Amino acid sequence: MSGPLIELLGDDALLLRFGDGIDGATNQRVHALALHLRRLAPAWLRDLVPAYASLGVFFDSAYMPGEDPREVIAQAVAGWSDPPSPLENAMPTLHEIPVCYGAGFGEDLAVAARELGLAEAELIARHSAPRYRVAMIGFAPGFPYLLGLDPALALPRLATPRARVPAGSVAVGGAQTGIYPHASPGGWRLLGRTPLVLFDARRDAPSLLLPGDEVRFVPIDAQAFAALAGAA
Amino acid sequence: MSRWEVLSPGVQTTVQDQGRTGWRHLGVARAGALDPSALALANRLVGNAESCAGLEIVLQGPRLRLPRPSLIALVGAHVQASWNDLPLPMGRPIHVPAGELKLGAVRDGARAWLAMTGGMDVAPTLGSRSTDLRGGFGGHEGRALRAGDLLPAGSAGAATAQPRFPTWWIDPDDPWTVDRHVLRYVPLHHAAASALGTQRWRVHPNSNRQGLRLDGAPLEAQDGSGISEPVAVGTLQLPPDGQPILLLADAQTVGGYPRLGHVIACDLGRAAQLRPGESVHFEPIDLRQARALALGYQHRLARLRLAIAQRL
Repeated sequence: MSGPLIELLGDDALLLRFGDGIDGATNQRVHALALHLRRLAPAWLRDLVPAYASLGVFFDSAYMPGEDPREVIAQAVAGWSDPPSPLENAMPTLHEIPVCYGAGFGEDLAVAARELGLAEAELIARHSAPRYRVAMIGFAPGFPYLLGLDPALALPRLATPRARVPAGSVAVGGAQTGIYPHASPGGWRLLGRTPLVLFDARRDAPSLLLPGDEVRFVPIDAQAFAALAGAA
Repeated sequence: MSRWEVLSPGVQTTVQDQGRTGWRHLGVARAGALDPSALALANRLVGNAESCAGLEIVLQGPRLRLPRPSLIALVGAHVQASWNDLPLPMGRPIHVPAGELKLGAVRDGARAWLAMTGGMDVAPTLGSRSTDLRGGFGGHEGRALRAGDLLPAGSAGAATAQPRFPTWWIDPDDPWTVDRHVLRYVPLHHAAASALGTQRWRVHPNSNRQGLRLDGAPLEAQDGSGISEPVAVGTLQLPPDGQPILLLADAQTVGGYPRLGHVIACDLGRAAQLRPGESVHFEPIDLRQARALALGYQHRLARLRLAIAQRL
């Protein structure tokens, strides 16, 4: 396979691009390369930001004096085997995320089910069936963009975004699904809510999920939600 | 420690340091001073480490009550600063007695940075004391200052009856590029990337620490937005309306708008000084020029550090 294209992102950042689409195979390559560079741990590396089909590489140019960052990073990428070896596809961490779907937790569930021509229970079953991959984290601290949504569950975004989406909302926007870590404005369709705290800047590991991790949604009822929310 | 009381907060006064690094993969913005070097030099003037936190003020600064004497310094655009109505100058260490420190209107720019001996000693979050306004964490309670706030402002300075300051000062403005209305950028291969440099833009009033929104004859934008990709501080984005956005320190970490290129890091401090309604021009340069300018900027900062060290 051909390696990634290298683009400038800033004085201290480059973008490695594998494509311009949203698909699992491309995203897998992004995470495999991120893992490769993380293990290589060159002194100049400051951060690796995986996205759907590209990887942001942030560096400290003081650690590559006199050299063109593009060449230094191209060299680091050259040592990577693509398609990735099994070792570079280390077993991702699987998170089971409890979700209370529907009334009082996911305001849009009933309307979404009607739009999709599904019973609510069917929509819940199909949304909680896949093992999703955290393709990237962005929009807000800790917000996971999840790959693997059943294409039949794609829903258009709201024409006018809500001023306030409750924290923990599990939502669908187009062909993507994700979780709002904090109360914020948002245009995705709300199916349910998790009592888990996805992001807390005061924790040692601030984000519950890391890019490349896997996620499965586990439907729970309002009682279980209250118990888990109380324990959190 | 000395608790400074906020009597009036100013337009948007925040605690900032050099920002957060290493957390962009979790969607955490850099935050930090919009001109990190200005704050770093202000810290040097009061004998702090450059990494100490200070206050970033914009357009109109706060009024503060200092319970004990302090050593302070202001760097950035000119601030009408005073202690108990005695005017205070820019760019030098100032011993101030206990009393009212008033940071008034900002002139010839939009922002300035105040350092105080010992720094603003709020608890660090994710390795930084900077305020992340969008994330609502860091700095003082994750927000801009309000009247009544009590700030943990470092250590007390030497006793003095009146403000005392030396006759010398530093001026971080580069004499060769005094025009703060010109920002240099490295264009990407987007059709509109070079067109950006062919006209004057106006700074839209909706600009903030996330981004400088530019207003002008719309550039030709492609339909719809692409898939989200990493962005950086300095990225120039082109939304479908053809009005570019220059991403600043609080910008989100990924974005779906096409990128036109990036403004070089040593010009971002000047971008921080643009006021709403002011005009700005973008000058395309190549990567070689960008690296030469970055090097020249580092040398200039090194000379300023040396000059400060020799005087203190």
